[in-house]
Amino acid sequence: MKPWPWWVVGPLLGLMVPMLLVFAGKNFGISGSFRDFAAMCAPRTKISYLNYDWRKNAWKMFLAGGVVIGAFIGNQILSYEPVPFLPEMYYSVGGVIALAIGGLLIGFGTRYAGGCTSGHSIMGMSSLQATSLIATICFFIGGLIMTWIIMPLFIGG
Amino acid sequence: MQKELTAVTLPEETSSAAVNIRVLIMGIFFGFVLVKGQVVSWYQIQAMFRFESFHMYGVIGSAVVVGAISLIILRRLNISTIDGRALMIKQKKLDKGTVIGGIIFGLGWAVTGACPAPIYAQIGSGTWLAVVTLLAAFAGAYIYGYLRPRLPT
Repeated sequence: MKPWPWWVVGPLLGLMVPMLLVFAGKNFGISGSFRDFAAMCAPRTKISYLNYDWRKNAWKMFLAGGVVIGAFIGNQILSYEPVPFLPEMYYSVGGVIALAIGGLLIGFGTRYAGGCTSGHSIMGMSSLQATSLIATICFFIGGLIMTWIIMPLFIGG
Repeated sequence: MQKELTAVTLPEETSSAAVNIRVLIMGIFFGFVLVKGQVVSWYQIQAMFRFESFHMYGVIGSAVVVGAISLIILRRLNISTIDGRALMIKQKKLDKGTVIGGIIFGLGWAVTGACPAPIYAQIGSGTWLAVVTLLAAFAGAYIYGYLRPRLPT
């Protein structure tokens, strides 16, 4: 099934920036929720980065929860047929290992970089911040290395 | 709104019930658009990194344009939040983490076919295997916290 065209999807995603600012007073971004969930799961940690009141950031968990619900509605209910978003080959031991390593890299990398495609690429670049342009270029460098150099080693091009 | 929209730090985060409900509704919209645009698809992410499709470039590019124009309009019209507070945008800090962390995240983005919001969206869409990606991302944030004092900044 074909996706909605980019010129519909992109502008709608871009509207998240003013909507969150005006209706919630929040800066668009979601990868901070990984830190909040990690802090929630480690209540007695000695790690200072995770030793804070994550409840004050609860709005990010609500954003994440909303995304889960919206994706369910969009793909399972209001859809001619559900679209699979991961190839069959990931439903294997090797595939699960690849996702686990990838997830670790995403959690670690977004926290180290201070944002993801939402916080840096959309929010940061919309507000014309050079840091976010640099971050986005680095996201792409990482993606190109994985796609062109590392993944071909495992899935034979 | 102040003369400058960009603030160095935001006031302390708070989450009231009213704000959380509004954010939840916006999150539903966000997730819905993400799956309809297949921004959460491994195939689309691969097509982007293989330069086989313009779709993702168009999505991200037009999102930034609309976001930027929106901010200009908000600033011109001197709009505040519906709770009457000034709009503030956090200034992102540039350091070694921006580059090293950015590249590390990019590696994960390509192999999982998901950046952070799409991980949540993949799970909701029925690609339940993405739970593995999500739990690992929590662990990645934990490991970052553990290593943080020793990482270059």
